[in-house]
Amino acid sequence: MSDFVTLTIDGIEVKAPAGSTVLEAAKLAGIHIPTLCYLKGINEIGACRICVVDVGARSYQAACMYPVSEGLKVVTNSPELREARRVTLELILSSHAKKCLTCVRNGNCELQTLARDLNVKDLPFEGQEPNYPIDDQSPSIVRDPNKCVLCRRCVSVCKNVQTVAAIETMERGYRTIIGSPFNMALKDTPCVNCGQCITACPTGALHEKSSTRKVWDALVNKDLYVIAQTAPAVRAALGEEFGLPIGTPVTGKMVSALKKLGFDKVFDTDTGADLTIMEEATELVNRIKNNGKLPLITSCSPGWIKFCEHFYPDMLDNLSTCKSPQSMFGAMLKSYFAEKMGIDPARIFVVSVMPCTAKKFEIRRPEMAATGYPDVDEVITTRELAEMIREAGIDFLNLEDEKFDDPMGEASGAGVIFGATGGVMEAALRSVPYLMTGKDPDTVEVNAVRGEDGIRTAELEVAGMKIKAAVAHGLGNARKLLDKIRSGEETYHFVEIMACPGGCVAGGGQPIQPASVRNEIDIRAERAKALYSEDVSSTIRFSHRNPVVQTLYKEYLGEPGSHRAHELLHTHYTARENYPENCEA
Amino acid sequence: MIYRSHVLICHGTGCTSSKSEQVAEAMQRELVERGLDSEVKIVKTGCFGLCERGPIMVIYPEGATYCMVTVEDVPEIVEEHLVKGRIVKRLLLGDKEAKDVAKSLENVGFFNKQMRIALRNCGVINPENIEEYIARDGYSALAKVLTEMTPQEVIDVIKKSGLRGRGGAGFPTGVKWQFAHDAQGDEKYVCCNADEGDPGAFMDRSVLEGDPHSVLEAMTIAGYAIGAKQGYIYVRAEYPIAVQRLRIAIDQAREYGLLGNNIFGTDFSFDIDLRLGAGAFVCGEETALMTSIEGHRGEPRTRPPFPAVKGLFGKPTLLNNVETYANIPVIINKGPEWFASIGTEKSKGTKVFAIGGKINNTGLVEIPMGTTLREVIYDIGGGIPNGKKFKAAQTGGPSGGCIPASHIDTPIDYESLISLGSMMGSGGLIVMDEDTCMVDIAKFFLEFTVDESCGKCPPCRIGTKRMLEILEKITSGKGEESDIEKLESLANSIKKSALCGLGQTAPNPVLSTLRYFRDEYLAHVREKRCPAGICKALIRYVILEDKCKGCGLCARKCPAGAISGEIRKPHTIDANKCLKCGVCMESCKFNAIITQ
Repeated sequence: MSDFVTLTIDGIEVKAPAGSTVLEAAKLAGIHIPTLCYLKGINEIGACRICVVDVGARSYQAACMYPVSEGLKVVTNSPELREARRVTLELILSSHAKKCLTCVRNGNCELQTLARDLNVKDLPFEGQEPNYPIDDQSPSIVRDPNKCVLCRRCVSVCKNVQTVAAIETMERGYRTIIGSPFNMALKDTPCVNCGQCITACPTGALHEKSSTRKVWDALVNKDLYVIAQTAPAVRAALGEEFGLPIGTPVTGKMVSALKKLGFDKVFDTDTGADLTIMEEATELVNRIKNNGKLPLITSCSPGWIKFCEHFYPDMLDNLSTCKSPQSMFGAMLKSYFAEKMGIDPARIFVVSVMPCTAKKFEIRRPEMAATGYPDVDEVITTRELAEMIREAGIDFLNLEDEKFDDPMGEASGAGVIFGATGGVMEAALRSVPYLMTGKDPDTVEVNAVRGEDGIRTAELEVAGMKIKAAVAHGLGNARKLLDKIRSGEETYHFVEIMACPGGCVAGGGQPIQPASVRNEIDIRAERAKALYSEDVSSTIRFSHRNPVVQTLYKEYLGEPGSHRAHELLHTHYTARENYPENCEA
Repeated sequence: MIYRSHVLICHGTGCTSSKSEQVAEAMQRELVERGLDSEVKIVKTGCFGLCERGPIMVIYPEGATYCMVTVEDVPEIVEEHLVKGRIVKRLLLGDKEAKDVAKSLENVGFFNKQMRIALRNCGVINPENIEEYIARDGYSALAKVLTEMTPQEVIDVIKKSGLRGRGGAGFPTGVKWQFAHDAQGDEKYVCCNADEGDPGAFMDRSVLEGDPHSVLEAMTIAGYAIGAKQGYIYVRAEYPIAVQRLRIAIDQAREYGLLGNNIFGTDFSFDIDLRLGAGAFVCGEETALMTSIEGHRGEPRTRPPFPAVKGLFGKPTLLNNVETYANIPVIINKGPEWFASIGTEKSKGTKVFAIGGKINNTGLVEIPMGTTLREVIYDIGGGIPNGKKFKAAQTGGPSGGCIPASHIDTPIDYESLISLGSMMGSGGLIVMDEDTCMVDIAKFFLEFTVDESCGKCPPCRIGTKRMLEILEKITSGKGEESDIEKLESLANSIKKSALCGLGQTAPNPVLSTLRYFRDEYLAHVREKRCPAGICKALIRYVILEDKCKGCGLCARKCPAGAISGEIRKPHTIDANKCLKCGVCMESCKFNAIITQ
């Protein structure tokens, strides 16, 4: 029992693990202490002073930071504390642009919730209000400092978790602002557009650049043939927007809703993922056989790609030349599908529904236009799809399940698990034996590469070949892994990197869960479970067994790695400087 | 080489800015021209304290203290004093007719009430010459500690001396050392807080400029006591002279084997490096200071863990301020009993104050704890200029408060200042006379805090801003009585909720002026009147009809064209055009213009 200490919180005796905080101990006692800046494991700085408690010291202490000790007496609920918290919140509100009715986070704002919970009924403090320009130049992320409460969660996630540090706290006092070096627009910084700042933000100070208006316009444009494709992780999280428990798969309802919105076809990006596996696994086998550049590093995650271009330009040759599934699939829609259906590709408008904000950047890369037309025309995030469903008045929860459309709606379970960290690696390893020997492996699952650890490594025997594999998710972990590879400390054949911690299921475009939920539930693990269960229930679990993929190669592409496949499905990368030499201050 | 005379010229910041460097250059030229440079030596010293009368020059062996010496005075000093042996009486600081010139300062209150421990070498030695420090017992305390004492014995001496932190809060230094000593860790650090930031305060600056080795010696002693090998001095880059002298001192100490490996042949090794701060006030807060040394944005972090347990780079760290360190070698050499015999029951030793504001002798003084405010202001400070009445003294900088005239006989120590709603702070002491508006003073300090708040926590970042806005409302004549209540309740809330000591004390200037000068606030709010006539929006310039001769001078001087009238007839001021600059009042030869 020496690892536990006994303390008293509001008169209740609590045994709490030594080293835990008052906030955690209070939780054990069933006492709720409100928080704002605290985001477990990411932002623990005691800045916002909302969680203050009385430990008998001269001033109140932040419960999220204050360590428990034997015999400690804590008061969390008193008239003085309620007043102190309310005053602090009223001060925050006095410098917050209170545009709640038109805010993207209306109804899902931690500040709103807090104002309700702390019973703020009045705004007693008047004074100078923030009036900063909004940075909406990035294709992915909009920053509105007027709604910022300076909790620093975005800074912590960008700097400490992703090690990108495109934003920092600048200036001081009342002029304090979160911004980029030299007040540059986000688009001019090494920001990789991962959107982790958005999902960390308690308010509407950070949100995706909305594309819903353009998609609505396309849907009513009679000249356009509008196709939706949905990434695997979207189905694992969309239900949260409509009150379903985290990790509820809603594939059928999602397809149904998209059809109701008026899309001419609804396809599955998983099919593109299967195509990616065919190309990437072939590339892996070829590189190993022909002494090519190793390790081969996956290229599905556009946040990771931009990170590599900025920070590891010397390793661009390690990247798989495969485009991401959405781009591959878009290219096939505007070539094979257009020809087959007799539609002018100029009339085809492809909308990707993605868990990702970086995909909005990816489709605008000039090289992503294999057919002369953009592979994908617009990207909306899971959140934006939910907005459109609500706007259209669709009763999502009561929708009948529907299936993806033919002829390109079939996907394998291997394509589905792309949405979780380790999924691309696993899907590729499922197909490598077939590509080498023509036979499927005995066991489908590759458990060695699954899991939550930031970096996972495995040595696998695949079709008589030893493959050293590594998986990293979250760019901070990627950096650690890459540094070891760069220095020669570790060597691998195949590496999977996902920009977002947890992979696409926790992408920057996913439904935002408040800190109160994130601090208690591992949302990425719950969402990943939904994907793995869909994989298990799939009739096809190998990308190479996907009949659509087989048809594509037979009728159009030839074989994986063919000339045509390279034209349509592969790309190249550009080294990017971090900050221009003569950037204007 | 032996010189027959030594000319000490202050090279502290105060005298330097009144051109003491040029005086020294002129003196050197003069000595060379007359071939006296092998007989007379110029010593560039640290601060003597009486900056008001600088540049200060002291010539030994006579001990003549000259003040306000200019370059033009130099030939006379050389000719009369150094060649002919006659004292230049007109330049003497003290009694010009004293029989023994060395005793000419005996009756000068500024000096005779002082007791210089921390400042013992300031104005006495050349801070850029380690041998002068050594000649004044420098590094003998370190030698004693390393060769005769155990770390615990050192800590016990410091505890017994009763020394408390001179940086603000007054935490017992020995206890702090004990915590750092007891903390587990293979690596520990000793830090010196030289990020002096209170407006008008320059105590630490003077120690660093005048006696840098005393800090290096003390930090090395502290390193031995707690088990650290590395020290850092965090000093603001705005103190270039201090930085330069510290660099020289560190180099010299290394050269003499007083820093580095195996100091005094023992197996104790210790080194010190400088870290320059960019001047943010908050970096004087200990956790922010360490965060800044680590290379991050200087912002406080929550405590616990305290620095003694988890400080710089996550290691146990001892952090003291410059003046605290400057006392250490003396305590070791003269013993804790001697030190504890000075001062009051709970506040031992002396305290250095930077006196400024409405006072005749602006400067730096070191007084025994327990000296009354009256002694400081009237005996040492020489009273208030122009025969004005003393109204209040502000201590503790932006974290402190105002002590009203009714408490002028309070002995200065940690507890008494706290009980008056102020604090010792690092030693800034600003004197205010009857013409000072206390609401305006509160506003001044709050402006400083608002500007210097790091922005990490809302109570300080937004709360102080809102308080300032309320004060601006009051001083511009738009205040309501409810504003005073709002101000007070917000101030109390910030005190309780802010993250760091600076935020928690930021409301003090407002709370203490509300406590002692509430009537002034009420006059601003109820009568829309500023009793001291300071708040521009509340004053009105008027021309007294019976006194105005109609000369028209004021009308010609007025930059706003607000004054009109026929010649030789009483003029009038258009209140709407008046900028309240006061030029008219200054120019009027008939005292016909007054403020209402």
